[in-house]
Amino acid sequence: MMNDNSIDHYRRRFLKNAGVTAASAVGGVQLINFANAKSDDQAVADSVRWGMLVDTSKCATDCTACVDSCNEEHGLELFDRPESDVQWIRKVELQNKSTGHQVSLPMLCQHCENPPCVDVCPTGASFKRDDGVVLVNKHTCIGCRYCVMACPYLARSFVHENLENQRSWSPRGKGTVESCNFCVHRVDKGEQPACVVGCQSDGHKALLFGDLNDPDSEISNRANTISSRELRADLSLNTAVRYEGL
Amino acid sequence: MPPIRYSRVVGKSKSYFMFLFSLCALALSGLVAAHFMDTNGHHVTGMTNRVVWGLPHVFAIFLIVGASGCLNIASIGTVFGRQDYKPLGRLSALVSIALLIGGLCVLVLDLGRPDRLIIAMTHFNFKSIFAWNILLYVGFLLIVVVYLWFMMEPRMKIYSRKVGVFAFVWRFILTTGTGSIFGFLVARKSYDTAILAPLFIVLSLVIGSAIFILAHSAIMRFGERPLRVPLISKICKLLALFLCLLFYMTLVQHLSFSYATERHGVEKFILAEGGIYTFLFWGVQILIGTLLPLIVFLVPYFNRLSFLLMGCCMVLLGGFAQLYVIIIGGQAYPLEIFPGYIVEDGFFSHSIAAYVPTIPELFLGVGGIALVVILVMMVIRILPFVEESSSSSVH
Ligand code: SF4
Repeated sequence: MMNDNSIDHYRRRFLKNAGVTAASAVGGVQLINFANAKSDDQAVADSVRWGMLVDTSKCATDCTACVDSCNEEHGLELFDRPESDVQWIRKVELQNKSTGHQVSLPMLCQHCENPPCVDVCPTGASFKRDDGVVLVNKHTCIGCRYCVMACPYLARSFVHENLENQRSWSPRGKGTVESCNFCVHRVDKGEQPACVVGCQSDGHKALLFGDLNDPDSEISNRANTISSRELRADLSLNTAVRYEGL
Repeated sequence: MPPIRYSRVVGKSKSYFMFLFSLCALALSGLVAAHFMDTNGHHVTGMTNRVVWGLPHVFAIFLIVGASGCLNIASIGTVFGRQDYKPLGRLSALVSIALLIGGLCVLVLDLGRPDRLIIAMTHFNFKSIFAWNILLYVGFLLIVVVYLWFMMEPRMKIYSRKVGVFAFVWRFILTTGTGSIFGFLVARKSYDTAILAPLFIVLSLVIGSAIFILAHSAIMRFGERPLRVPLISKICKLLALFLCLLFYMTLVQHLSFSYATERHGVEKFILAEGGIYTFLFWGVQILIGTLLPLIVFLVPYFNRLSFLLMGCCMVLLGGFAQLYVIIIGGQAYPLEIFPGYIVEDGFFSHSIAAYVPTIPELFLGVGGIALVVILVMMVIRILPFVEESSSSSVH
């Protein structure tokens, strides 16, 4: 059973395995051996929890490789209306008010363990898969936008425009809400999300994706050895996306 | 008290039909606006991913809370046994139903997928306040219909008090639910406060009473019935009490926000630096919507029908402004995801969001109001809803 008040679930698992495999983690992103790749008729396993670790020290200002890859992968068209265009991942530039320290990082759905968007959705269209990925069922979303109101990270977008050139693997719908789905169509095949691949190809390797429940995964090992934080930790949502160097 | 006689209000004059025709045109333009938004996508509205609920929501919630408050007049008659309110019960229930239908139409037509209404009625996530609201609204409609039937059917009259009490309780739950849509948004500093639930209840009493007084007076005048001005004046005194309560709740809300350091930003925004929202708060909500009507309702000099009705109009303006500030001002203020950092992104996520409503949104909202008036006019034309005569003075 999950204990809301204690340290979050996967951090506890990390602590248990502390020190075992620290050395192998250093050196940036490396492709994860997806023992969990599944065929289409296999159910999603709850033994897995997909997560992402963002190393802000490697994330380059002005680089938008992750955003571009995401837009390309999911066929997200922009209309030069930044406030109503969809964004599944966006680049954020931060400057510490007191020290002046600057950080660049990508913001995306944080795939909370206790997602507020899922709580508020009247029809249950917003849901969380057993492997922790938060998704929107395109067939039952009525476009009420309550989930957009509830998301603490502004990670959700309402589709304000007519859609063209849709990708068969990433169906979308005007008048419904969408957000980062951790590229489940790729992950289920044992591949990495598009943003992670985009970041790697650009040589930054700032994004590490993997199974947080697997004590031997690279992401678990790394999260175990360095300090990282979840955004808006005060809300106790236990996000699957964490940031180093913030 | 002599038995109350009710009759239908059948307008025959040219101006009656002109008025009805204009209302139908307005309601139709609301439908056209909704269709326009639906085919083009919501980018034709002022709404964005920052301000996801715009002017149509303000109209919808205005009508929905008004519906709950309007039924209070019937409750005073049946539940609290005040004889002089009894003749008003039927109309109060009718206007209440019409307001709820109007509000729900606006709400549904503003959905991204209004065609999926059936999904909203068949798929329920019981953890969602919104889902609860759907059940509460539908339940309210059914209860008020039964309530009306019991009030109108002599054989059932003995049960009308029981249904009245039930409806009275239901109303409180319903408005608590509506307020909680905002109050439970834990991530937003502008909301996330339990006071929004009782505040919405009082706001509903304020808006509902004012709407009822205006509707009742208009119907009596156009139906050439005697209007009991002393009763109107009495309801206005009650409205003044609700206004004071609302003022108090608003005060507590802002005092508690001002006390918490983390909410200083949003407080400063609404009260001092928010441009249109600050203006709406001080100028419309507080001055026009609260202080002036209080003077009108409480100073004997203004105790005349024309002033009282003007006071009610001001109250409605204030209530609308209050909802606008809560709903839109609350979204315009940015979420704080990175405390202690200056933030920049292409999405302007950390600056005040701009929102300017567009014409289709306005038409959709006004169309909802037109629908309410049409519904009331049609029903009182067909069924005896309006008291015919009264022993009190005629003005
Ligand atoms: S917009 Fe869709 S996914 Fe979001 S809360 Fe409404 S129905 Fe659920």
